[in-house]
Order: sequence, then structure tokens, then C-alpha cells
Amino acid sequence: MAIVRVQEADFDVGRELERLTAGRTDVGAVASFTGLVRASNDGSAVRSMTLEHYPGMTERALADICRQAHERWDLLETLVIHRVGAMRPGDRIVLVGVSSAHRGEAFAACEFIMDFLKTRAPFWKREETPEGARWVEARDSDERAAKGWD
Amino acid sequence: MVTVLFFASLRESLGTSREQVPLSAPGATVAMLVDSLRRRDGAWADAFAPGKDWRVAVNQQMASLATPLRSGDEVAFFPPVTGG
Repeated sequence: MAIVRVQEADFDVGRELERLTAGRTDVGAVASFTGLVRASNDGSAVRSMTLEHYPGMTERALADICRQAHERWDLLETLVIHRVGAMRPGDRIVLVGVSSAHRGEAFAACEFIMDFLKTRAPFWKREETPEGARWVEARDSDERAAKGWD
Repeated sequence: MVTVLFFASLRESLGTSREQVPLSAPGATVAMLVDSLRRRDGAWADAFAPGKDWRVAVNQQMASLATPLRSGDEVAFFPPVTGG
């Protein structure tokens, strides 16, 4: 079972992760990842960031990544919340949460979902810096991390 | 006709986010569509020049040059993704 949301609004990490455990006693582990906007990137100060996405495909891609995680590991729930629109340094961008009976599955699936999200989900970051606005370049290291799961 | 969408830096450099493009013939593929876009003016030739790094999705699934196209399909071109 996967929960996928793409939204402009911020989210409350604690409240969202409670969705993974509410009303059940079979959960032994919850692993989560929160991604935030950094104030510097590639040697430039980042004043703000705008996240663009491909409405429709984004939700499908995220749901597909969660489905693959459920196929690979014995998971109870997966959760992905990704923000779009304007953000500032320190703001939350993305939350991934995974619940399972034991920690190994939850840790692994959480990293897998992030590695695939970084390389397969249609989001693009545009940074506003003192030198002007620029589109963030994809990193080879992200592609290598995703390929590492093959 | 197919609906062609452009995102992020590709949308900016081409100056458009959405177009209707006629399919050349039965048996059309993404590669044929890219060839027709590349034959347009400078920005298009540059964006789709050999060696340029872009991705394509057909009907919201990642696709490739060999993916067949049918009338009514939604084709999207975009740079490598940078979310997360």
C-alpha cells in the first residue's frame, strides 16, 4: 500500500509518519528520509528554489517506484510526499517513509525509493542565486546510485 | 496528431510548453518526431542536436527513440530529472 502526494504546501513529518502506524500493531520499524533546500549548491548561494514537475506522470512515477519497493521487500506501507513550487533554504522538499516488521527492509526500501525518485520522477529544480537563475544539473552520482540496485 | 509537451530548461529554450504535431506516417516513432522537430529553426536544431541529453515519455511512461507513436498520444521531452 502506497501513499503518494505532490503538493505546494509544507508537511508535518511527525503527523505524516503516523499514517504508517495508526491503528496497527504489526509495525516493528519505520524508516524515513527528509530532503531540504540547502543554502548553497555547486559553489553558489541559493536564495530560493522553484520546483517544476510533470503533473500526472509525477504521481504515476512515484506510485510505480513504491510498487517496485513493495515487490523487492516485505513492506507494510510506503509514503512519498514531494513539494513543488517556490521554496527557500531550510524548507522541506520531500518525505519518504517506509514501515515494515523489521528494520532491514525499511532502511533499504527508503534508500531505494529516494535513489529512484532522484533519477526517475519528473521533477526539475531551478535555483535563484546572486549570479542569476539556473536549472540544476542532474548528477552522475545519482544515476550510479540508482543503477546500484539493478 | 500527437500532443507534445516540453518541460524545464527545454521548455524555456524552445519558448513553448505544449504543441499539437501531425504524425508523419503510419509506423511513426519517437525518432521520427525528433527528426521533424530538429529540422525547425535554430533553437530546435540546437535542443535536439546529436549528443544533447534529454529524456522522452510517451503517455506518461519513460520511452525511447524506438517507441511507436499513435494519433492521440502524449509525448513529453525534458532534461534529466533533478527532484528529491
